[in-house]
Amino acid sequence: MMSSLDKAKIGSECIIVKVSGEKPIKRRLMDMGLIPGTRVFVKRLAPLGDPMEIMVRGTELTLRKADALNIMIEVIAEG
Amino acid sequence: MKMKIVLAGNPNSGKTTLFNSLTGNNQHIGNWPGVTVEKKEGFIRSYKDITVIDLPGIYSLSPYSLEEVISRDYILNEKPDVIINIVDGSNLERNLYLTTQLIETGVPVVIAINMMDVIAKNKDIIKSSAISKMFNCPVVEITALKSQGSEQLIAAVIKIKEEGYTYHPVVWYSQEIEKLISEIAEEIKSKVDDDKKRWYAIKVFEKDEKALEDLNLDQLVSQNISAKIEAFEALKDDDSESLVTRERYAFINRFVDRVYLKNKIKTQSISYKIDKVLTNKYLGLPIFAIIIFLVYYLSISTVGGIMTDFVNDTIFGDNGLPALVNGWLASINAWPWLQGVLVEGIIGGVGAVLGFLPQMFVLFLLLGILEESGYMARIAFILDKIFKRFGLSGKSFFPMLMSTGCGIPGVMAARTIEEENNRKLMIMTTTFMPCGAKLPIIALIAGAMFRGSSIQWLIAPSAYLLGIAMIIISSIILKKFKGFAGKESPFIMELPDYHLPSVKGLAFHVYHKLKSFVKKAGTIILLASVIVWFLSNFSWSFVMISDPNQSILASAGKLIDVIFSPLGWGNWKATVATFTGLIAKENVVSTFGVLYGFAEVSESGAEIWTLLSVDFTPLSSYSFLVFNLICAPCIAAVATIKREMGSKKWTWIAIGFQTLMAYTISLIIFQVGSIFTGLFNGWSIIGIILLIILLYLIFRPNKYLNISK
Repeated sequence: MMSSLDKAKIGSECIIVKVSGEKPIKRRLMDMGLIPGTRVFVKRLAPLGDPMEIMVRGTELTLRKADALNIMIEVIAEG
Repeated sequence: MKMKIVLAGNPNSGKTTLFNSLTGNNQHIGNWPGVTVEKKEGFIRSYKDITVIDLPGIYSLSPYSLEEVISRDYILNEKPDVIINIVDGSNLERNLYLTTQLIETGVPVVIAINMMDVIAKNKDIIKSSAISKMFNCPVVEITALKSQGSEQLIAAVIKIKEEGYTYHPVVWYSQEIEKLISEIAEEIKSKVDDDKKRWYAIKVFEKDEKALEDLNLDQLVSQNISAKIEAFEALKDDDSESLVTRERYAFINRFVDRVYLKNKIKTQSISYKIDKVLTNKYLGLPIFAIIIFLVYYLSISTVGGIMTDFVNDTIFGDNGLPALVNGWLASINAWPWLQGVLVEGIIGGVGAVLGFLPQMFVLFLLLGILEESGYMARIAFILDKIFKRFGLSGKSFFPMLMSTGCGIPGVMAARTIEEENNRKLMIMTTTFMPCGAKLPIIALIAGAMFRGSSIQWLIAPSAYLLGIAMIIISSIILKKFKGFAGKESPFIMELPDYHLPSVKGLAFHVYHKLKSFVKKAGTIILLASVIVWFLSNFSWSFVMISDPNQSILASAGKLIDVIFSPLGWGNWKATVATFTGLIAKENVVSTFGVLYGFAEVSESGAEIWTLLSVDFTPLSSYSFLVFNLICAPCIAAVATIKREMGSKKWTWIAIGFQTLMAYTISLIIFQVGSIFTGLFNGWSIIGIILLIILLYLIFRPNKYLNISK
């Protein structure tokens, strides 16, 4: 099931399918290792509900839902 | 051997720690020309002819972020002899991604794999020799925190320089891309050095605007190349830049399992457990509030406050250093003006600033602990949603907090904000928060003008609310101007593992911050203090006077006090007090004291409360308070703004903006407020017009915002 990363449930594991967005945003996301084919684990949301914390390539990243909207994912394990 | 080497690496890779351990005290901290990015330069302790330049922490060499552009420009144009690429061994994949790009610059690279102690503790294994083969460059294992491996690292750097280096491509892209790259290389070969040819060819393929600008290709050639790239992009259904990025990561992924053997029995990391509490949905915010309260309580109220009071009252107080110097000067029959300039001017002025040193020491120490432990990143995580609304990020919180103590560390804390425009914005606005030295002004106005009134208790909280509101309003207004709009960059940040800060690292952090502060007190503040002392103690005929009403400062004040008439306090005493406040905000109350004929007043100026109420109405006094809270900060803070901005132009823009805002807001408060007391004239209309303009600037649509989202 395809969806964007900002909608992924906490505790779910996903695979990145596509990264889009304006060039600087897209490049920055990909520079941080968010490349199609990469596994992402959704760890938690900040206490106020945004941004989100994800685990990717063994490191923890935090990004805003507005930016996560650019990342299309396939959920492989529901949280 | 004379050499110039650069340090390049991801943020949080231990780059600063390595730089400090390589250079020790032999470093110079400044800014990259014209921007707010810090530049550190030094030479290696035992090899004085090796210069080290610490590049900003970066994840990539893209053309989109200021830090990355600075780094690549330096590497490409300044021709360093060697790049030391510091790599966080516990985070190999993303760190080596930068390595793939550094190698392509054609400059010899030595990889320093850091955090070997963490690797060992986790029982993981890194095969450095395999990484060395993979990237075709020397690899040294280090633990920067414990200064382990530095000698081997320097030896490897010297060796590569002595033996010479020829560039060989490391990452080979897919056949189709390589074919295009070699075609592009053929087209541009006359324009670039041989060792940079591949770099530029790849950049042209990526359609990198900065590189295309540097190359300045023939129109025909560039059209030809673009046509080929676009055809390829259409075929692959992705842009060329992303295709290259993907292949870089693919290159690393092919190797990483062979060079990094992870301990299979992975225990749940300590960081994970700490985060479960500190960023917990329910506990996160309360814990944050407690930590901030403690920072504030320890540095401003208790430990730092007590030490600052000691310095101010005992060392620089009447019975301290001034009495000592006075006694000594009297014993040698020194001229009275010398006594004046030394004791009142220099010791008084510089002392007022140095008095804050203990508070700043505690503040910097606690801030350093929060930063190095990794909690600072969590604060940004917790608070981002609140600040996002105003176009700021979670990291804006710290400069604001610091500024309630002193604007100088506040402005310096803006350094931690990632994006240049946001950083500038924070540097310009953070001093709107009432600092410790402004508190006496608040106490004076609240006591003199609102004593016994039902709103007296509101004056102090209103000052803090005003500060916060001004920062938010300024951010909203400025973001709609071209100079601040710029590219929208995503907020994506690493949450580093928690770790105990090292004593050495903290000592370094605090020492360097304090050093630059003391240096300022010794130079610019010293000079300014002498000048103000002279202006307030001499008359136009250059005779020393005892009545401050006859001083140059007083007559100048009388000349220009009309400027402040529209704000409701166009009297020369208030004007002079405002100007001496630029030296140090503590001066405002003490100047009033002197001008109203008291040699010495208490901190809140209780002695002059009655006299003050003759020259002010409650409304005009509040306008005076507001102006002094948000106009340009003291000289020491202005000097800090200049240092952090790294540009004279931006320093003037900052001061100009602050003064303009102060004048406008005070005018609106006084003139529009006067309407409610039944006064209506031409100024009321101007006040209303300014209010409308202000509201327009706040609420007008932002034409620089991405509409696509």
